[in-house]
Amino acid sequence: MRLVTAVIKPFKLDDVKEALETFGVQGLTVAEVSGYGRQRGHTEVYRGAEYTVDFVPKVRLDVVVADDDAKDVVDVIVKAASTGQIGDGKVWTTPVDDLVRVRTGERGPDAL
Amino acid sequence: MPFDFSSIDTGNTAWVLASAALVLLMTPGLAFFYGGMVRSKNVLGMLMQNYVAIGIVSVLWVAIAYSLAFGKNGVFGGFAGDLHQFGLGHMGEQVAGYQGPLAQTIPPLVFVAFQLMFAVITPALITGASADRLKFGAYCLFIGIWLLVVYAPIAHWVFSPEGWLFKKGAEDFAGGTVVHANAGAAGLALAIVLGKRLGWKKDPMRPHNLPFTLLGAGLLWFGWFGFNAGSALGANNLAGYAFVNTNTATAAAMLGWIVVEKFRDGHATTLGAASGAVAGLVAITPAAGFVSPAGSILLGFIAGALCSLAVLLKYKLGYDDALDVVGVHLVGGVAGALLIGFLGTKATGIGLDGVFYGGGWHLMRLQATAVGAAVGYSFVATFILAKVIDLVMGLRITRDEELEGMDTVLHAETAYDFGGVAAGGFSPGQRAAHPTATVTEGASA
Repeated sequence: MRLVTAVIKPFKLDDVKEALETFGVQGLTVAEVSGYGRQRGHTEVYRGAEYTVDFVPKVRLDVVVADDDAKDVVDVIVKAASTGQIGDGKVWTTPVDDLVRVRTGERGPDAL
Repeated sequence: MPFDFSSIDTGNTAWVLASAALVLLMTPGLAFFYGGMVRSKNVLGMLMQNYVAIGIVSVLWVAIAYSLAFGKNGVFGGFAGDLHQFGLGHMGEQVAGYQGPLAQTIPPLVFVAFQLMFAVITPALITGASADRLKFGAYCLFIGIWLLVVYAPIAHWVFSPEGWLFKKGAEDFAGGTVVHANAGAAGLALAIVLGKRLGWKKDPMRPHNLPFTLLGAGLLWFGWFGFNAGSALGANNLAGYAFVNTNTATAAAMLGWIVVEKFRDGHATTLGAASGAVAGLVAITPAAGFVSPAGSILLGFIAGALCSLAVLLKYKLGYDDALDVVGVHLVGGVAGALLIGFLGTKATGIGLDGVFYGGGWHLMRLQATAVGAAVGYSFVATFILAKVIDLVMGLRITRDEELEGMDTVLHAETAYDFGGVAAGGFSPGQRAAHPTATVTEGASA
């Protein structure tokens, strides 16, 4: 199993969710996060004083999928989240040792 | 001399009573105007300073401050009024500090109530300069003494027919000098004594809730009709002038501010619109009954543009006037008071003609004298008062307290609870800190 994590533009969340549902992913976890990449932040002006705001709002998705699906899920997210502009975000995967469905106690890929 | 209660005019009295209530609303409005501009960890500290000003000033006003401001010349000759109306005694007599054709049409107690609301908001205005770093107890002591030794004397000089600046003929319709230039100069002194906030010019200190600031500006604008049109002290044509001039100058100032912003910064901002409106309200305050509506357009536009430039002075000169009490109230109040020297006209039924109406420079000299005296005295007296309180008990919260924020440190409260893990919103496992206390909402027994 692999954990697919994506940090994307907030307004792209619905597109990504629909694309993942179409692909067959059964569930996912999202969080509102702040961060920056190469785009850096943006500039705001208050009474003539400029502030550079480094951390811009993003949405983070976490979804655990079977090893065989991981690459495809990454592609699905990248395609759905892309606008071609800077700040589109990143997607990465990490190996997952173990996984339990809390209600039934099922373990491993069966619990996905 | 006894007051002739049979000469009371119900229309005038009703308007001044309603105006007093409008002016009271300005202080909560100011609280939210300022509160939205501070960081979220300090919003309750800011709101509290403004609310407690209503408490402290209301009590002191009845006890002694009204008498100092509007009594007969008493303290050091004409420095302040005497104590004849101590504890609001002798309310069946004519008010020494209010004479003129309409003075017998409003009961003395109604005049007390109206003037109280001005005394409430003036020290509250100062809190914008000292935002985020002032001790609560020291603040309470500061505004109490400040009311007696700074506000009451200046109100006496300018508002009272007994006062030396009033006698010279200096014009201040509703408090551009007494309230705004005074509070602005005091704010500058207090900001200098306190020193800069931690991380000033380095860390971002963004306004945490601009909708609050705009809502507060709206309440100020609404209440200001009482401040200015109420200062006619009658339901009459002069009140109509003051009302229309107030709205017109405020509108023009808002436009003036955002035009400067658009050219300078590239965007017209909501904070700029709110700030420009307040700058206009400040600038028209001394002039509301002395200029024409057309003159108020010019006055407002100049004030809005000028204040939007003046708020950058602190970065050049190096004083941390956190929410621009200097840039808006000192500069706006002085600009309004001096522009009367150009735009003043007898057409409103009172006052003198200024430079543009053939009156020459006489009025301008009077205005400059009044502004210079009020600003100079306010700055020096406030500086000394703040220094003394700082030496005796300390004015400023500690470094750790400042980093943590005033809300939890000074008031043991948090402004915003939107649920979530930290608030215990999801878990029934949280308990009240003191088991004997009433169990708080959302906590399990």
